Amino acid sequence: MIQDTVTEDIIMRKPKFIAFLFTTIFICFFIFDPSQSIVGHLLEPALGDPEKSGFYGRCVTASMSAVLLVLNLLAISWIPNFRLQVITVWLQLLILFLSFFYSFDLSFEFIRSKIWFMVTQGIFTTLYVSAISIVIASFIAIIGAVAKMSSNGFAYAIASFYTSFFRGLPLLMQVYLIYLGFPQIGYVIDAVPAGIIALSLCYGAYMTEIFRAGIMSIDHGQWEGSRALGFKFGLIMRKIILPQSIPLIIPPTGNQFIAMLKDSSLVSVIGVWELMFLARTLGNKTFNHMEMLITAAMLYWMMTMVLELIQSRIERKYKKQQSR
Amino acid sequence: MSETKHNTKGPIISIRQMNKYYGDFHALTDINLEISIGERMVICGPSGSGKSTLIRCLNRLEAHQSGSVNVNGVELHQRMKDIDKVRSEVGMVFQHFNLFPHMTVLENCTAGPMWVNKVPPEDAHNIAMKYLERVNIPEQADKYPAQLSGGQQQRVAIARSLCMHPKVMLFDEPTSALDPEMVSEVLDTMTDLAQSGMTMIVVTHEMGFAKKVADRVVFMDEGRIVESNEPIAFFENPQSDRTKKFLSQVLVH
Repeated sequence: MIQDTVTEDIIMRKPKFIAFLFTTIFICFFIFDPSQSIVGHLLEPALGDPEKSGFYGRCVTASMSAVLLVLNLLAISWIPNFRLQVITVWLQLLILFLSFFYSFDLSFEFIRSKIWFMVTQGIFTTLYVSAISIVIASFIAIIGAVAKMSSNGFAYAIASFYTSFFRGLPLLMQVYLIYLGFPQIGYVIDAVPAGIIALSLCYGAYMTEIFRAGIMSIDHGQWEGSRALGFKFGLIMRKIILPQSIPLIIPPTGNQFIAMLKDSSLVSVIGVWELMFLARTLGNKTFNHMEMLITAAMLYWMMTMVLELIQSRIERKYKKQQSR
Repeated sequence: MSETKHNTKGPIISIRQMNKYYGDFHALTDINLEISIGERMVICGPSGSGKSTLIRCLNRLEAHQSGSVNVNGVELHQRMKDIDKVRSEVGMVFQHFNLFPHMTVLENCTAGPMWVNKVPPEDAHNIAMKYLERVNIPEQADKYPAQLSGGQQQRVAIARSLCMHPKVMLFDEPTSALDPEMVSEVLDTMTDLAQSGMTMIVVTHEMGFAKKVADRVVFMDEGRIVESNEPIAFFENPQSDRTKKFLSQVLVH
């Protein structure tokens, strides 16, 4: 998106809006009764026991909370630097989020005792299952994309049947079907290969469309230019078309990889010891479910952030190449 | 130059009673044309008259529906096995250059010889540099197409085709997409090429080029060849009314 050079007035400078904001926040706080919150406890010396301060106390704590929040928003709006503003808001949301988890009264002792195993076993398995699957899915996608664009009815039919089927079934069902279906025809398959096959086939179907769009977006002059030189189809594809569509394919493929990283949690149902499986099983014995789930959630999130970072690096690299 | 005739060497391309349709639209009607080795032919006509379609049929970037197209002794048809060989011997220069943007100028030129003719890399490099020198841009060899001006890109495209040692060169409106100040550098390159004896078929609106270089000018309208003559006769004494009207329109300025 291209920003306009003329911007409207900053909304946080309008007294009417601030008044509106304050009122809304006040009403919300009043309904949800903040007397047990941190603000409520801070006001204890003035109001006495929050439980007994009644309507008056509720009003005061709600308005105090609203004042603090509005002041905070005002302060953020005065930060002149875009980056700094973003970081501040990020940190505040993160703290809010973590304090929400903190309020669950988690046993950090337990988390500390398990986290190393979750990282070495869980993250490792999650990553390698996803990585192998995305590579296989990419190969399937290239073949699928070419088949879908071909004038051969046979190839087109197979490819469109494949994409239709694997995009049409829930991934969880595909995992079950492959893991439990292969033994039916007398071929027992391990959980990890079954999971990889399911993920590859499912994501290959989605990525077929990504690759097809990438290939289609290349100017037809490239085909004509290479044909006029006497290049054959495979050569044109490998040397001319695919290298040019890769910059277009990479962002959505990165997206797919991030999605797959999390969808790989579905293979936990067939007993692959990846992150989700460990999160469900490790806490079982001692009823520390919440601890393990939140830890796994944080680990997934962190992995995703790292991947997003890598993806943006790669995208920047290709952008530089294009503007050469 | 118009007196130089190579008709004795026989035709390299011959088209007989060729018809082409786009669906119901009759794009080319009963085309008969022979191009001799060494001949320089300019095809002109109003836009939509089928001139680009015609030369695109000569290396089968477009298919014709009836009649015959014979290129260098090979009949072009849908089930032919060796179209790539025919194409590698027929150079083509496009209106929009169609260079490969992800490859350097040099790589653009070496690709054809290396991948199609299986020329060793060193020899391909030498061939490429030879033709880049011929189109006067050897110093741009390591740049990417996007770093060059339109005129330079088109000259690279010409060099790229020449690297395949084509027997005939097709030009599909090679100067139409260029800024006015770059037209002459491309036309100069093409004139040089013509003087070296290359067989050329040029679709263009550049009537000056036609007068100076062509052995024969073909005028097309509504998918038919209306008139075909030597340039002096064509420009000084056009036969059909449509040719007269066209010439009065393009030669006014």
